[in-house]
Amino acid sequence: MTSHIRLVWIYPDLLSTYGDQGNVLVLEQRARARGLSVETVHVRSSDPVPEQGDIYLIGGGEDRPQILGAERLRKDGGLHRAVARGAALLAVCAGYQIMGSVFGGEEGQPVSGIGLLDISSARGERRAVGELAAEVDPALGVPTLTGFENHMGVTRLGPGVRPLSRTIIGTGNGDGTEGCYAGKVIGTYLHGPALARNPALADLLLAWTVGPLAPIDDTWYQRLREERLAAVIPG
Amino acid sequence: MSQLPLRAQLASALGRTAATLSRATGRGDGSVIGGRVGLMLEPDLLRQLAADRRLALVSATNGKTTTTRLIASALRQLGEVATNAFGANMPAGHVSALSSAKDAPYAVLEVDEKYLPEVLDTTRAGVVCLMNLSRDQMDRAAEIWLLAQKWRRALAAQQTLVIANCDDPLVAWAASGSSRVSWVAAGQRWREDSWCCPECGGPLDRKGADWACRECAFRRPTPSWVLDGEDVIDPRGQRWRLDLRLPGQANRANAAIALATVAAFGLEPGHALLGLREVTSVAGRYTTVERDGRSLRLLLAKNPAGWLEAFDVADPSLPIILSVNAQGPDGRDTSWLWDVDYRILRGRPVLVTGERRRDLALRLYVAGVPFQLCDSFGQAVAVLPPGRIDVIANYTAFQQIRTEFGRAE
Repeated sequence: MTSHIRLVWIYPDLLSTYGDQGNVLVLEQRARARGLSVETVHVRSSDPVPEQGDIYLIGGGEDRPQILGAERLRKDGGLHRAVARGAALLAVCAGYQIMGSVFGGEEGQPVSGIGLLDISSARGERRAVGELAAEVDPALGVPTLTGFENHMGVTRLGPGVRPLSRTIIGTGNGDGTEGCYAGKVIGTYLHGPALARNPALADLLLAWTVGPLAPIDDTWYQRLREERLAAVIPG
Repeated sequence: MSQLPLRAQLASALGRTAATLSRATGRGDGSVIGGRVGLMLEPDLLRQLAADRRLALVSATNGKTTTTRLIASALRQLGEVATNAFGANMPAGHVSALSSAKDAPYAVLEVDEKYLPEVLDTTRAGVVCLMNLSRDQMDRAAEIWLLAQKWRRALAAQQTLVIANCDDPLVAWAASGSSRVSWVAAGQRWREDSWCCPECGGPLDRKGADWACRECAFRRPTPSWVLDGEDVIDPRGQRWRLDLRLPGQANRANAAIALATVAAFGLEPGHALLGLREVTSVAGRYTTVERDGRSLRLLLAKNPAGWLEAFDVADPSLPIILSVNAQGPDGRDTSWLWDVDYRILRGRPVLVTGERRRDLALRLYVAGVPFQLCDSFGQAVAVLPPGRIDVIANYTAFQQIRTEFGRAE
């Protein structure tokens, strides 16, 4: 295992609509707090995706940037090769939909995804906007997810992925589940800085890369989690 | 202006009565309810009230209220000006503003970004000013590429003169739908929403203020007005020192747009500046309030671009109080905190308050900015020694602070 982590943030020029940078900053902070060195690469959509990264991040975006992002990732192929090599990936919101076989475009037309996750998405009837809370698959050892969703997508999971979680509050995939995972690839509708309110998910990505992690001071993360979960979960 | 039809006169009068009643009963300034009543009685009221006036519409993500105020202040030298000074920037507010100054030959209306196409179509305004577009309250606001596209279509359908900031690629793309544009180089500090070409999605190459798409012909239009530091250079090449009483680069940009706008009304920069310099505070923004020997300067920042502007104005040698809420008007989603680079605050005493102070606390912790969490604004003030203090708050947090201090301008 390594003590150096290479983070790759994919297409912040297209897919960084609202706080997506937070996931990069949280991973950096939690890695450095454990004495790991971190190198972060911001990959513009006009540049090739490097293949030697450890953790890849891709964020949310409007319809047009989402379609452009999917086209460029498919042509580039770098992310496919990195995942095939065993790199971890967190795909958020529009980035999550891109990972599937298909998603809905501006007028609801089907647009091809890049096929890294066995999912297919379409445009739903109405926008899901608001707080989301969900119980995570016990196999992952991550406590309740908390975050904010803002999307119109409905996502169907195929047999090649497992649901990341089951919703308590919110819409998620649209069938009572939220997000999915397969191998070291995680997708979620929790948009923007999903890892800020779910530091255990950040640690899961780090542990997949460097092995077991030492505990760190989690005070500020936990205070925010407690407040948000208490605000949205009844009783 | 010509006489309004009887129905419109009645609708307008009843709307004003409703506004007066609303004010008298302490429900607010009445501009929204008054306009709603008027529109209910005469749906065509906005068009009728706008007809025969020289009207400018002002829209942007940031700086709408201030720029509207600057333009109105300058135009008053030419005659009476109808304007929605209280920031009620949707059609009901517009009706109210026009109806309460029904003989004013000039009007300047701040317009919510989403409503611009509709209000332009209804009023056929002679001038539209567009300053900037950036991410803002994503849980309720329109996505900005989509918004720029709607602006572009609306402007293409009108003969309106557009005064537009050519330094913001999304604004430049929206404005270039029009055949009549006066371009102003007003600068662009926040660039995170314009790395890609709005026309084709290709990468934008930037060199200083200039920008051009690497893949298509879309590029920065040539400005006829230029903001250069403290000065504005007019289309004849004459340089004007702004000497505003409002602080910061963002307000100099607003002033450059205002000068280009009032020039379209025939007001020369030399005269216009006299009006611009009369503006000292706008709806409580930039105002200083006193409490227990502490002088608190209030800065409003509603989105990441707004925080950059507020940091530009804040004094690095002073302690700073940050207050963040997430009520409806703020956007219920605090994700935007992660788009703001707070590291500039390292080295100042930083106090954190507001209803979503824990979101901000974690954000500062991850950024390595030491801070102190306070349960209330009053507590934050009390923690600091007497002297000057900067305050940055988002919308409802700002209003709460103003209410606490009696809304003194």
